[in-house]
Amino acid sequence: MTRMAATRDGYGEALLELAKNEKVVVLEADLGKSTKSLHFRKKYPERTISCGIGEQNMFLVGAGLASSGYIPFASTFAIFTERGFEQMRNGIARPNLAVHICGSHGGTHTGTDGSSAQSIEDLAIYRTLPNVTVMHPCDDVSTKILTKQLVGTNAPSYTRTARNKSPVLYEGREDEIQIGKGVLHRQGSDAAIIACGILVSEALEAAEILEHEGIHVTVIDMHTIKPLDEELVLKVAKECGRIVTAEDHSVIGGLGGAVAEFLIENHPVPMKRIGVQDRFGESGEANEMLDLLGLSSPYIANAVRDLLN
Amino acid sequence: MTTVAELEEIARKCRIHIVNMVYNAQAGHPGGSLSEIDLLVGLYGTTLNVDAANPKWADRDRFVLSKGHASPGMYAILAEYGFIEEEDLSSYRVLGGICQGHVDSKWCPGVDFSAGSLGMGLSFAMGCAVAARLDGSNRQSYVMLGDGEIQEGSVWEAAMAAVHHELGNLNVILDWNGIQNDDFCEEQMRMFDVPAKWEAFGWNVKVIDGHNMNDILEGMKFLKQSNERPNILIAKTIKGKGVSYMENNPAFHGAAPNDEQYTLAMKELGVQL
Repeated sequence: MTRMAATRDGYGEALLELAKNEKVVVLEADLGKSTKSLHFRKKYPERTISCGIGEQNMFLVGAGLASSGYIPFASTFAIFTERGFEQMRNGIARPNLAVHICGSHGGTHTGTDGSSAQSIEDLAIYRTLPNVTVMHPCDDVSTKILTKQLVGTNAPSYTRTARNKSPVLYEGREDEIQIGKGVLHRQGSDAAIIACGILVSEALEAAEILEHEGIHVTVIDMHTIKPLDEELVLKVAKECGRIVTAEDHSVIGGLGGAVAEFLIENHPVPMKRIGVQDRFGESGEANEMLDLLGLSSPYIANAVRDLLN
Repeated sequence: MTTVAELEEIARKCRIHIVNMVYNAQAGHPGGSLSEIDLLVGLYGTTLNVDAANPKWADRDRFVLSKGHASPGMYAILAEYGFIEEEDLSSYRVLGGICQGHVDSKWCPGVDFSAGSLGMGLSFAMGCAVAARLDGSNRQSYVMLGDGEIQEGSVWEAAMAAVHHELGNLNVILDWNGIQNDDFCEEQMRMFDVPAKWEAFGWNVKVIDGHNMNDILEGMKFLKQSNERPNILIAKTIKGKGVSYMENNPAFHGAAPNDEQYTLAMKELGVQL
């Protein structure tokens, strides 16, 4: 039985392990219990700065700390990071200050809180900013490793984590995780599914379904949306000739957008984008949301079949 | 110790730089630069612990020009105190120049914060103040805010947070000139009792005349007091101070003088053309 875990727990564990670096500080906006920075706060209260419910201030306090030699990790819900977008743009990305933002509870998978809490545009907006690394890992193991690697980048970042549990894929495969490098999970020649976050395991299920029909697909976990692993995208586009992208995010501007933008100029192939079709979500359980919005494995499998016909 | 007369002379030279920069660029923000400049001279001349030869010195005091459009004032100060050359002032708003339209730490030595979008500097300076405390350093963070700027909601997020965190090493100077981009502040957004608002948030507050150098030096002493509360020096100023037709004139928030106006300004500032 596959272990299930939430990516936000991987973030919380990473902060604890990063604490031995005395320059690492944590910023919270009244959601540390949810984003999982609370473990750091309990152990290192002197290095945890509560910013109250004030995300814009939190981002720039992070910028001031980064400019003074500290390594700030600031978290809130993905949707509320968006309130600080211009602070991220002008105060963090533009001067290239290594403030690390984590948006938890991202995507429609966050579920019953409803559409106001379901960030489906975060990856798109942060991807437009120069200097910013954008990630959406699929399990707690990779989230932990990627978060720890951020300390070495010396550049700002946005990482989306999810509220609910998903299958753990990287136990014993920790060495394969590296910022900016997609991971091959399955090799086939008929099509390649490039997925991120929650939909990586859905993509693997889709591949399983298709295998029974004699359709062989490649599955990639593209945990880093920016910088995109262009080499890998080009390789699988050439090998498979058909691409499906899959993300719990708008089809506009996220992983699908990034892959399409790259391929159209470098190696155009038939493509389908699985994602939220330019609409808002609503209240529902995580799995109900994936079905309602056409994101779950049967829809991914269908997209592959469409490309083959 | 620099005398009041010497500081006033530096301020006069800075005013000349400001008008020259805006005139040469035929763009920029003279009004808010002229209103803030006496305060900046007081700060750099007597209080700010920085080193022009080593502008990135880690334990320096930080200065954040949050009203980043008033960059000619800051560039003038940086030239007068040796961070940049006087020749650099001609690069204001010119492609490739270190004097970008709004102050930018990536381009100009002595600039700690890349400004240009209002309401951001206080939060940034708060981060610097937290860092100083974590470092166990007595270095101070100073911020110049505009009065129109405090209409931005995030300023008050920071105002609340700074008191919560007992940041006595955080010091604001408010350039209370009463004019913003479109018009007088009273017309755009009445702010009523500004000192009372900061007092209510828990700040140490002192109101001064922002063009009287003796008053300014008293204000600098006030900012140096250290208790657990952040300090704000609310300085009553005149937008465009020192150039008659710019004074208290909303038109010169963001406009350059023409040839005739330039000649008059130089004459008023004691320059023989």
